[in-house]
Amino acid sequence: MHIPDGYLSPSTCAAFYAGSTPFWYVALQRVKRAMHTRLVPLISLFSAFCFLIMMFNLPLPGGTTGHAVGIGLATVVLGPWAAMLAVSVALIIQALFFGDGGITAIGANCFNMAIVGSLVAYVFYRAIAGRSPIISFRRVVAAGLAGYAAINVSALFAAIEFGVQPLLYKDASGAPLYCPYPLSVSIPAMMIGHLTIAGMAELIVSAGLVAFLQWSDPSLLKATAGNAVALEAPGRPRKTRSLQPIWIGLCVLMILTPLGILATGTAWGEWMASDFASPSIRQQIADSSLHQPAPSAAPRGLEQMYQLWTAPFSRYAPPYIRSAGFGYFLSAMFGAGLVMLVCFLVVRLMRGFVVGRPRQPAV
Amino acid sequence: MTGHHHARGRRGFIEYTIDGLHSAMDRAMYADRSASGRGALQQLDPRVKVAGLAALILASAMAAKLWVIAAVLLAAVVLAAISYLSIWMIATRVWFATLTFTAAFAVPALFLTPGTIIYTLPGLLWTITSQGLTTAGFLILRSETAATLALVLVFTTPWMHILKALRLFRVPVVFVVILGMTCRYILLLLENAHEMFESRKSRTVGPMTRGEQRRIAIASTGALLGRTFQLSGEVYLAMQSRGFRGEVYILDDFRMQAMDWAAAIGFASLTAALVWVGR
Repeated sequence: MHIPDGYLSPSTCAAFYAGSTPFWYVALQRVKRAMHTRLVPLISLFSAFCFLIMMFNLPLPGGTTGHAVGIGLATVVLGPWAAMLAVSVALIIQALFFGDGGITAIGANCFNMAIVGSLVAYVFYRAIAGRSPIISFRRVVAAGLAGYAAINVSALFAAIEFGVQPLLYKDASGAPLYCPYPLSVSIPAMMIGHLTIAGMAELIVSAGLVAFLQWSDPSLLKATAGNAVALEAPGRPRKTRSLQPIWIGLCVLMILTPLGILATGTAWGEWMASDFASPSIRQQIADSSLHQPAPSAAPRGLEQMYQLWTAPFSRYAPPYIRSAGFGYFLSAMFGAGLVMLVCFLVVRLMRGFVVGRPRQPAV
Repeated sequence: MTGHHHARGRRGFIEYTIDGLHSAMDRAMYADRSASGRGALQQLDPRVKVAGLAALILASAMAAKLWVIAAVLLAAVVLAAISYLSIWMIATRVWFATLTFTAAFAVPALFLTPGTIIYTLPGLLWTITSQGLTTAGFLILRSETAATLALVLVFTTPWMHILKALRLFRVPVVFVVILGMTCRYILLLLENAHEMFESRKSRTVGPMTRGEQRRIAIASTGALLGRTFQLSGEVYLAMQSRGFRGEVYILDDFRMQAMDWAAAIGFASLTAALVWVGR
């Protein structure tokens, strides 16, 4: 996945340098704030460690070998921001001194693996590990899956970057100037290897090393353990995070929902039975389906199933509201409210379930 | 992130990992030796080298003509030659390695790129297009050129000087410090890992199953992680004992001489000319 020089155009590379800079900036600010702590040597050593484990050939089931990048482990131990720096530093040194990955592509490689990878790993790890104790097996599984997801999302980003090159950059004769493969080739070509070999290597290393740390030094897993730390020390007041920004964001999004009406046409595959009767919509369907002509009548199965359920807010336009914009807004309010209600009920149910069980003592 | 089949006779993953670690240490030591040589580039200010060679890499990336990229490659070879770098070493370490990797990526493009058909493989009916040939040429030449220029930089400049020169691009001091520390620890951990695998190899009799190999790989990685943390703690204490309180200072002691200015003008005009003709 280390993209070499010459595979991406200079403007793509520049865009990824620019896209990575704000993340590096925030990460550096956070590290600077924590400068008096152990973070600087820890990040340096962790980068060196990531560099090293990229050289360990891991025998995998099925007779192949692969190597991990260490995104999963770095994120679990250092947290997403410091992990971003650690993996970026390892990638920069690889590109500069060991010729693995291009110098012009450092921005793209860091964006894919260090930035996207760390954020994906963090989200997966926190979501799967939940509030489980630090030494629970669930955290081992969570770390493995976080590593697996991170490496695959990173690979998908790289595949998309490859796949857009032939669309954008060609010489006078039509020969692609950089990566020549379109998305239809680049995505399967990248993903097959990563969903199997590279993903498995990352999964084994992340899960294996988190299990190792649980046994040798569980305190190192505290950085991303969230509430599990609070569970261990009942005397300490639990640090609650303010949800205010999320609420404000949600309100802004709801107010902006009528903008959705500006988009014309129907999303691919979301046609109604009546759409097939309209020649203009049939033309739109054909245009978006590689010029495959749409049938002149709705397929029979679609016609039958279509009648099964009529939604109260069909097409986000309640029949009793005249203004399309207000109908859209009302649908957004109703939808968001419903999602919150369901989440609230699930949390209530889960809490009853967790409190009802004796907790496993944590270290 | 490569996977390859395990048709290796008696050589197991331990031997392959030792080989990989050994070649990385070898590369670092060679770089250290050649950077202190008496060639033309070794005498230049690191900032001029970093900016000049990066500009040439950019010129090759921007060129839309194959001969312009070939000209950059030629310039890289000339720079290597006047810096007393062995062309044989560049051929084996860079050209051959890059060619095997990029060719695997570029060859399918010969057949998959739509365009004017210039040859049909007999029997298979696969067609090679002129556009496919050009695009494969772009890929291979560009990656060879950039890899050669990167190697010329690394083998003519001490690593710590390259990192310090990054300050020229306004890279924050903290980042440069972390990069520098990482570089040193990579060498230390490489040696640690190498010793660990060597000692494991000397205690291994007979073949291992893949499950056993995997367990050893994970256990070794875990042991290395343990050492990493131990070292991190020691380094932190050492830093504190020397008075580290969060502020970082690095010595920016590079001074531009007349020769450095001349080289900077040379790099700038060469890059401008290449970008101009390569449009």
